[in-house]
Amino acid sequence: MREKLIYLFSAVAMALLVWDLYRIFMMLPDEANQGAIYRIIYFHVPAAITSMVGFFVAMVASALYLISKNLRFDSVAAAVTEVSVVFAAVNLVTGSIWGRIIWGIWWTWDARLTSMLVCWLLYAGYLMLRRAIDEPTQRARLSAVLSIFAFVDVIIVWKSIEWWRTQHPGPVLSIRNGGGMAPGMESPLWWNLLAMALVAASLVLLRMRQEGIRRELDAMRRHAHAI
Amino acid sequence: MTPAGSTATTVRRDVIYLRQVLAIAGKDLRSEVRSKETVNASLSFAVVILLLFSFAFDPSAETVREISGGLLWLVFAFAGALVLNRSFARELTNDCLDSLIASPTSGGQLFLGKCIANFVLLITVEIVCVPVFGIFYNVAWTKQVGWLAIVFALGTWALTVIGTMFSALTVNLRLRELMLPILVYPMMIPAIMGAIQLTTVLMTGAPPTPADMIWVRLLVGFDIIFTILGLGLVETVLIG
Repeated sequence: MREKLIYLFSAVAMALLVWDLYRIFMMLPDEANQGAIYRIIYFHVPAAITSMVGFFVAMVASALYLISKNLRFDSVAAAVTEVSVVFAAVNLVTGSIWGRIIWGIWWTWDARLTSMLVCWLLYAGYLMLRRAIDEPTQRARLSAVLSIFAFVDVIIVWKSIEWWRTQHPGPVLSIRNGGGMAPGMESPLWWNLLAMALVAASLVLLRMRQEGIRRELDAMRRHAHAI
Repeated sequence: MTPAGSTATTVRRDVIYLRQVLAIAGKDLRSEVRSKETVNASLSFAVVILLLFSFAFDPSAETVREISGGLLWLVFAFAGALVLNRSFARELTNDCLDSLIASPTSGGQLFLGKCIANFVLLITVEIVCVPVFGIFYNVAWTKQVGWLAIVFALGTWALTVIGTMFSALTVNLRLRELMLPILVYPMMIPAIMGAIQLTTVLMTGAPPTPADMIWVRLLVGFDIIFTILGLGLVETVLIG
């Protein structure tokens, strides 16, 4: 079942990505002020949303682990966080490229950029913490606590463009009352978000299978030691 | 039971709770006063960093005024990590941590007690550092002492809560000394950022403008959220 889901998600994601790329590069006109580079928003924003949603799922899974002590939730949290860190990196890198063209600089220390970098560092720390602990239940427990703590920063990232006057553009999407994009330009963004979410989902499922196998190996090793 | 009686019981329970918290804090402070191992190290480390900063930039009045908040809080964060690192690690010898967990105090009380002790130690370091900073870098910091005290208290509590929590989290790890700074510094950034902005403003002698109040709100919010999270989760971290 999971195997089939992975194939299904990846196939749909691939088809969607091809279609989106065609639309973004061949059908959409250049933006009036920014020219061609604005197209990076179709990757920058979906990657951000995917990673944020991922961190939220990781936080929920971590809380569920602490309540239920079921290691399955721990592997969900680990898998989702790992994939989300990659998408957060995509978000940071694409943003930086856009900044170089539009602002003339690769990086600026405004609230949005800084809090996102902090967010990335925190979850990279989460992955490092997991490496540093050998005992599975201790690893699950401590990393779950860290995941809940780190999520506070995700809220700061999300809200930063409203709380501070940032150099980063304010809300442009219609769901956040931004209304900064023409409807024809906004819809490919949502389709690309769906594509990225599916890529993320298939990666997470793959990673969870690995974690499941690893749990089995751990159990076998313990069993062998017991004998 | 009558309402009055139940109120009395609640009050008595709260008093006992606080007394146990203070017992933990008192124990930590007493052992620190007797051994002075972390405060001395932390203080001399702070002074060394203050000295090093003078080589990093031109210590003229103008530059210093612009970055005074950043300098001070970096010193506090670095020197604070020394104190916080030892907070739970010192309980490892003779299995003190296990006895503390087995004692009638709850995890939350242990956490609060340790926070209070660390807060007192960090504030001590800060009280020594600020005049030294004022002398070395010619900063007239005395004009807004009231506000400075509030900002320092809020900022230091933020450092303490995060630091104590992660000190508990990393206490049994192989790479404890490495993992603590990696986890703690990014976690503290929102609070440190607020404290830095406010301190820089206050060091110029001006009271904070209404626009600066967002940083005060950020600090207060940070303190409340992470104190609650810490109290709620410390039991899980220590006992599982």
